[in-house]
Parts: sequence; C-alpha cells; structure tokens
Amino acid sequence: MAINIEQIRADFPILQETVYGKPLVYLDNAATTHKPQQVIDAVSEVYLKYNSNIHRGVHHLSNVCTQAHEEARIKVQQFINAQHSHEVIFTRGTTESINLLASSFADTFLNAGDEILVSQLEHHSNIVPWQLLEKKKGVVLKYIPINQAGELILDNLDELINNKTKLVAVAHISNALGTVNPIKTIINHAHNKNIPVMIDGAQAVQHVKVDVQELDCDFYVFSGHKLYAPTGIGILYGKEEWLNKLEPYHGGGEMIKTVSFEGTTFNELPFKFEAGTPDFSGSVGLGAAIDYVNNIGIDAIAQYEHELLNYATQRLSTIPNIRFFGTAAEKASVISFLIGEIHPFDIGTMLDKMGIAIRTGHHCAQPLMQYYNIPGTLRASFAIYNTKEEIDKLTEATERVAQLFG
Amino acid sequence: MTINEIQEEIIEEFAAFDEWMDKYSYLIEIGNDLEGFKDEWRLEQNLIEGCQSKVWVHAELQDDKIIYSADSDAIITKGIIALLIRVLSGRTPDEILNSELNFVEEIGLKDHLSPTRSNGLLAMMKQMRLYAVAFKAKLG
Ligand SMILES: Cc1ncc(COP(=O)(O)O)c(C=O)c1O
Repeated sequence: MAINIEQIRADFPILQETVYGKPLVYLDNAATTHKPQQVIDAVSEVYLKYNSNIHRGVHHLSNVCTQAHEEARIKVQQFINAQHSHEVIFTRGTTESINLLASSFADTFLNAGDEILVSQLEHHSNIVPWQLLEKKKGVVLKYIPINQAGELILDNLDELINNKTKLVAVAHISNALGTVNPIKTIINHAHNKNIPVMIDGAQAVQHVKVDVQELDCDFYVFSGHKLYAPTGIGILYGKEEWLNKLEPYHGGGEMIKTVSFEGTTFNELPFKFEAGTPDFSGSVGLGAAIDYVNNIGIDAIAQYEHELLNYATQRLSTIPNIRFFGTAAEKASVISFLIGEIHPFDIGTMLDKMGIAIRTGHHCAQPLMQYYNIPGTLRASFAIYNTKEEIDKLTEATERVAQLFG
Repeated sequence: MTINEIQEEIIEEFAAFDEWMDKYSYLIEIGNDLEGFKDEWRLEQNLIEGCQSKVWVHAELQDDKIIYSADSDAIITKGIIALLIRVLSGRTPDEILNSELNFVEEIGLKDHLSPTRSNGLLAMMKQMRLYAVAFKAKLG
C-alpha cells in the first residue's frame, strides 16, 4: 500500500505554483486542502456538460444533474458507512451543519437549564452556535477539560454527562493540536444515559477511516474543502430516527411536500433539511474527492501522514527552545508549536517570505489558547501530497528565522 | 525635517537592503528598540485587537504637537510601528492630517497594511489620524 508521492503531487496543479519566486511549501492543510485535477475536472464537467436545476425538471439535463448529485450522496454514505443515503444531508460545511443541528435540536428538545457538553479544545464553530442558545433558550454550555498534553480528561465524565445533559458535541480530532479524541468512549457513556452525540469530524475524515455505524454516533459533521473537495459543500450525517424527530432549519423550495397559505407539509429526508437549490457542483466535486481518496486508500493515507507527523516531530524537536502544544498519545498530522517567547505572527511572516505556508494564530480555538495562556501557535498540518523534503525546509527555515529574533 | 523628508529618508535607508531578509532584520531591530510605552497606557481603550497581533496606541499633546506612543506583542508589527512613530510623532494635527503616507508602500511593506493582514496596523493608522482630528478640535 505504498504511496506514489510523485504521482499524487502531479495530481494537484497548485503545487507547481511559486510564492515570491520560491516553490510553494503548503503546510496549512487543516485550514483547507488543495484540489486534485480529478475534482477540478468533475466540477468543470457539471458546467460544461449537464448544468441544470435538480429534482424539478422533466428534461434530460435536469435528470442527469439530479442523478450526479444523488450519486454523490451515495458516495458520502458509503464513505462514512451510513446505513441510509437519506441520512446524509448536504450543507455548506461543518459550520452550517452544526448551526442547523443546534437550531433544529433546540426547537424540539432544549429548555432553560438543559446542558450541552462540548470540550475545551473545540473549534469556535462548535462553541458559538451552542452559546447562542444560552442566550435564546437559557441552555447551559459545559465542557470536558483537557490536560497539558491536550488530551481530554474523562475522569469526571459521569458528572459532566448528567440528567440535565441533552446533547454531547465534541471534535473527533482537534484542529489546533491534532489530538484524536476518545470519541467511542464518550459516545458509550452518553448512550448509557440515552443522550445523543454529535461528532465534529472536520479534521478527521481526511485522515482516518470513519464508520458512523461502528461509532454509533447520532450526528457526524464535516466540510468538503478539507477533504480535497470544493469549498461550500459539507455534510450533516444524522441517524434517521433523530433526523425525523427534528424540525426543518431553513424554509423554501425543495424541502416541502405541499404549500398553501393554510399550512405546509414537509418533504421527506434528506430534502426536509435542504431548502433551496443545493450546491450540486459542490456535491459532485465532493463525490470525486471521495473517489480520489478511496483510490489511494484512507488507510494508506493515514499511514503516510503518520510517517510525516513522526518525521516532523523529530526534525522540529532539534530546534532550540521549541515548545510543542498537543503531545497526545494519539495524534493526527497537525503540529502546533512556538519557539521560546517569539510571537507566532513574527515567525509566520518570515516563513511566508520563504514560500512556506503555515497557520499562525489562535486557530479559532481561543478557549484552548487561554488554557495554555498563549496568544496562538504556529501550526503545520500535513496532507497526502506533503513530503519529508518540505518538512526539512520548514525545519531549516524556522531555525534560521528564530535566530533573527535572538 | 518635514514629514515628507523623513519619509524620503526611510525610503533611502530601505533602498540599501538588497534582500528581504535584511529588511526584516532591520524591522526586528528597530522593533526591539522601540521603547517608551508606559504600562499605565496598556488599557482596553488603547488596544487594537488584530486577529494576529495586538497593538496599543496612546497619544497626547505637548504644546501644539502630538506625541504618539505605541506597542505590539509581535516584533515585526512593532518595527513598522516604530517607523510610523518616527514619521508622525511630534507633529501638529494639521501636519498629520495633511500628510500622505507613501513610504510604507515604497519600502515594500504595503502588504502589512492591507485589511486582510489583520495585524492591527491599518486600524492603528486610522486611530492615529482620529487622534489628530480630535486634538485639532481641542486646539480650536
Ligand atoms: C474542528 C473544526 N470544526 C469546524 C470547522 C469549521 O469548518 P468550516 O469553516 O469548513 O465550516 C473547522 C475548520 O477549521 C475545524 O477544524
């Protein structure tokens, strides 16, 4: 299952670009990944050959387009091993998926004093939608704390998940630290008390095999753009029984069965949650990205990225005064670090000039930065097309730059 | 020296750097050397929170001239602040309001003042002008 890295790099046209005259070293994959030619072609083909509004036309192109969109749904279903394709809802991304769930779940199930449990290392998009409910509904947001290594502390899980808890919502993998969370344990605990669990898989689906039936999670959300697919398409997976219990989120076309001024009846799953014309070029692109990932094999990807992670950890460790954040036993290919007291923005600015793209800042996880009492970190995150040579460049450049700040 | 003469001086200084690395080394040096921001000024109301780095600005009148002081938690940002202070501090409100700052562009640091950089510098420049407007009104 060896990876043919030259072939893979050749699939991603953007990797040929130069930045300030230097070859691009792109290590900001946790923010978004690049797109292989196969995905770009699939999206182009929609517009070149069969663009038409879906689910509503009698004509040929509309049927072709509808079929492509629905095939993409099935690809997603198989990719995460959902039981039914109608458990796969297309959204604009992780953020919209969580907002949809928060809004619809609150309508039916949340009252003042009810608790939602997240964790201390969540991305803002799995904090703020719930906080909005604190204001609107008087819901209380609790979190699972972390330790210095950036691992969730589960010791008090049975108190945190109590009879007031209505939903547990945690990240599968931390975007800022790379920690792989023990979601199976959390799901089991919650289910023992009949509490549903949502998993934020924005940083997971591109790195590890996800099987929603095996996990037995009630909801699973992710974004296409971090999985080599176009921006603007994402997924909310929900178990059929849960999705049927939830009120619709947006109203409009496509999500209705009949409309009259006396009242409206809603369409079935998945359409009940997909008001308006969906992003069918995005869904087709996502389908192509899933094909691409499947062709290489998610296990081969995981293995290769682990090699990169280990190599990078080892190489970066040689830099004087480096401080790693997130040293969990189980990690995905994300490395967060600082050099001494040097501000991450300073090093990031200099690395950029050298053609090296990494992320600096709080990574939309300010509560996590508050825990470590730092303004932010430098974050290198690896994808299937990165190489050890790029990690060497990162290491050498960081070391050289750090010396300037003395 | 007028504001424009100082701008010219800075542009000339930077022309001596062939390499971007030298330019940034210099920014780091003057950033490290920038002093004079008192702890009592480190207030919420003086803070400009960029997404990436924080900037604090304080201004006061000495006779008819504005004395700016500023600080940042990032050194490169601080280096650019040092240049802005060199150009604008110790000037009358009218001099400041009538000035056209072109040196940042000329020395190839325009990037750092773009709204997308979110390092607080652009907001800082606006804040410096606002102080000039306010002090002008005060001086009558
Ligand atoms: C863990 C996690 N959750 C949610 C998001 C939000 O994803 P999007 O901006 O694609 O909606 C991200 C993106 O950075 C993330 O890493």
